[in-house]
Amino acid sequence: MENLKITKDIKNNAIRIRAICFSIVLITFGCTRDELDLPNATFPAIAEVFTDVPVNLTDEFFVSFDPAEGANTNGFGVDENIAYEGTTSIRIDVPGPADPDGSFIGGIFKDRGDGRNLTSYNALTFWGRASTSATIGTLGFGTDFENNTYAASISDVAFTTGWKKYIIPIPDPARLVQEKGMFIFSAGTQSTEGLGYTFWIDELKFENLASVAQPLPQIFDGNEQEETSFNGATVRVSGANVLFNVDGKEVAVNSAPAYFNFSSSDPAVAGVDDLGIITVKSAGTAQITATLGESENERPVNGSLTVTSEGNFDFAPTPPARDADDVVSIFSDAYTNIPVDNYNGFFTPDGQTTLGGAITVAGENLISYTNLNFVSINLFNTGGANASTMTHLHVDINIREDVGSGDFIRLQLINNNGETETSSSIQLGDYVVLTKDTWLEFDIPMSDFSGLNATDDIDLIFFVSDATISSVYVDNVYFYKN
Amino acid sequence: MKKILMAGIAGFIGIPLYTACEDSNPLPDRGYDLVWSDEFDGTTGDLPSAANWSFEIGTGTNGWGNRELQYYTDRPENVSLDGKGNLVITAIEESFEGSPYTSARIITRDKQEFQYGRIEARLKTPFSQGLWPAFWMLGSDLEPGDAVTDTVPWPRAGEMDIMELRGQEPGKIAGSIHGPGYAAGNAVTESFELTDGRFDTDFHIFAIEWGADFIDFFVDNRLYSRLNPESIPEGSEWVFDKKYFIILNVAVGGAYVGSPNSNSRFPQTMIVDYVRVYQ
Repeated sequence: MENLKITKDIKNNAIRIRAICFSIVLITFGCTRDELDLPNATFPAIAEVFTDVPVNLTDEFFVSFDPAEGANTNGFGVDENIAYEGTTSIRIDVPGPADPDGSFIGGIFKDRGDGRNLTSYNALTFWGRASTSATIGTLGFGTDFENNTYAASISDVAFTTGWKKYIIPIPDPARLVQEKGMFIFSAGTQSTEGLGYTFWIDELKFENLASVAQPLPQIFDGNEQEETSFNGATVRVSGANVLFNVDGKEVAVNSAPAYFNFSSSDPAVAGVDDLGIITVKSAGTAQITATLGESENERPVNGSLTVTSEGNFDFAPTPPARDADDVVSIFSDAYTNIPVDNYNGFFTPDGQTTLGGAITVAGENLISYTNLNFVSINLFNTGGANASTMTHLHVDINIREDVGSGDFIRLQLINNNGETETSSSIQLGDYVVLTKDTWLEFDIPMSDFSGLNATDDIDLIFFVSDATISSVYVDNVYFYKN
Repeated sequence: MKKILMAGIAGFIGIPLYTACEDSNPLPDRGYDLVWSDEFDGTTGDLPSAANWSFEIGTGTNGWGNRELQYYTDRPENVSLDGKGNLVITAIEESFEGSPYTSARIITRDKQEFQYGRIEARLKTPFSQGLWPAFWMLGSDLEPGDAVTDTVPWPRAGEMDIMELRGQEPGKIAGSIHGPGYAAGNAVTESFELTDGRFDTDFHIFAIEWGADFIDFFVDNRLYSRLNPESIPEGSEWVFDKKYFIILNVAVGGAYVGSPNSNSRFPQTMIVDYVRVYQ
C-alpha cells in the first residue's frame, strides 16, 4: 500500500515536471535539467469553491464568456436572501434571446493561485434550484480560459424549483494535479421558450463520493470509426466522454481528450499526442485507441479510429510564375486570387445536388465536389472577373471515379450576369481525354467561348456533368495572358 | 424473491419489526463450524459444480411469477467461473428465444439443502435500472414448477431472501421472509443502506443466522434485522423449520425493479466469491 502511494506521487510529480519543461522549452529550446532535481511541487487541495463567499477564487470571481459573442455579463451575482445552506447563494439571471446585452449567460470561476490539486476528489458537487423548471446547457469544470486542458462538463441539466444536489464526476482525478478551472456554466432560454429565469447554486465544492462509480470511458462516442486520409493531414479525437453511474443513475461527462492515454498501432503511419491530435505521416493503416487512468486504475476505452493514409496527396501541378498583370486568378495557391462569393452556391431549388467546396489538405487548398450535377464558382456579388485582356482560361481537374463513354464535364462562363448576360460553354473532353485519378490540365483559348460578347465581368464559372461524373477535385482556376 | 409481486411496498406498509441497527451489535457466538461451501475455484469458463448446483432454464410462468424479462440459460456466457475463484452470472441484452435479455439462475435443490445455521455469500452485485440480483432460499418441499396451483405451493413452502437489490439503488439491499399470509407485498422485510458506499463496487458479505425460532440478517457482519415467530402476522405459520435450498440469480425487469431503460448498461455481472454454510 505504501509503495503504491509512493509510485503515484512520483507519477504526479512527473506530470508536473512535464508541464514545467513545456514552458521552459519555448524560451531555452531545451530542458536539460534532470527531472529528479526539480522540487516536488504540490498545490493546495482546497475543496470549496463557493460556500457563502467565493473560496480562493480570482478577484473578479466570475469571468464571463466574450460579450462580443453574445454573452450577457449583467445577470451574475450573489443572492443574500436565498441559500441552500448558510446565508447566500450564487444567483444567475438567464436573459431572453432579445436581450440587447446578450442572449445567454456563462463563464468560469478560476482559482486565484497557481491551481489546486484535486486528485483526492472524484466529483464537483453543488445544490441548485431555478425559478421555473429549466434546462441548463453546460455545467462543469476544467475550463480556465488558458489551455482548457482538462475541460469536463455535463449537458442539458434539468433544474426544478426545489433544491437538488448535482454531481459532476471527474473523468480521471489523477490528472488534476494543478487545476485552475473551478467551475463553468452556460445557460440560455432554449428550454423556457425564450422566457428569462433565474437559477441559484450553493455549496459548490469538490468531494470524494462513493456514490460515483462504474466509469465507462469512450472516444468517438464508442464507435469503431474509419477514415481515409493523406500524409500531413491532422485529425482530432472527438466524442470523448465518460459515463458514470451516480447512485444508480447514468451521468455522461463530456471529457477533454487530454484525460485519456492514446496510442497508435503504427506510429510511423499516424501519431497521436497527449491532446488527442492525430498526425498522418506515411502510407498505411493505423488504429488509434485509448485507455483511461494509470497503473492499477487503467481501464480500456470504447471506440477507436482506424486511419488509412493513401500516402502523399497527389496535388495538382504548380502553375508557372507569371507577372501579376498576366493573370486573373480565381482559385490557386500559386497566385493572388481575386475576391470570390463562394465555390459552391448550393442552388438546391434549381436542382443542384453538388456538395463540397474548398478544402485544405496538408496545408494546401483545393476544391472537392461530390454528387456533382452542376456547380458554379460565383463572383457576381464580389464584382466578377475582368478577363478582357486574358487569352486563356486554365483549370486543373482530377476525376475521382471511372469515366464511362458518355460521361462529360461542360465548362460554362457567364459574363455580366443578369438581363444582358452572355453565356458560352465548351466540352472539357474536347481538349484532354477524361480519365480517372490523374490531374488533367486544361488551357482553353478565350476565343473558344464564342458566345460571349465580352469577358470583362465573368460572374459565374459552371461545371456541368448532368451527374455523369459525380466526384472531382478542381484546382488552379485562373485566366492568363500568353 | 419468487412471486414477490409487490415486495417493494412491503417496506412501507409491512409489519412493524424489531430491528437492531446500532453502531455495534453484541453478537451471540453460536459456535458455528463450516459444513459446506462452494469457493468457485476452477477454470475460466467452467460451469459451476454439478455436485452443488442445477440450472433453471427459460422464463418460468409469467416471468418466474414476477413478469421478469430475461431468459435463463446454462450457457457459459451467462454463468461460469472466472478462473480467479469467482462465479460470474452475466445478464446480457440480446434477443434469445423470444426474450430481450439472457441471464442465469442456479439452485442447490436436491444437492445441498440445509436446516438452520449461518448461510453466507461474499459477492459484488450488478447495477443499473432494472437489474435485480438475489441470494436467497426456498423451502425444499416446494412443489416443482412455479404454478400457483401447486398443492404445496409457494408461499407456504417458505422463502428467505438473504440479499436482493434494485440496480437503480446500488447502495441498498433488502432481507425478507415470505410465508403463508406474509408473502409478496406483505413479506416481512427490512432494508440496509450503505451511507457512503455501493454494493456493486466492492465485495460484501451477506448472511443469515437461522435457528428454530430466529432469523438474523447481516451485511458485512453487521446485524440489521432480527426476525422470529413474533415478527410474522398473528395466527400465521412459521415455515422456517425444515430444509431449504440456495438460489443465486440475476433477474432483469419485473415488478420489483421495473424494466431497464435506455440508459441501463449491459452486460451486467454478479460476481460471487463463495457461498458457505456453517452449523
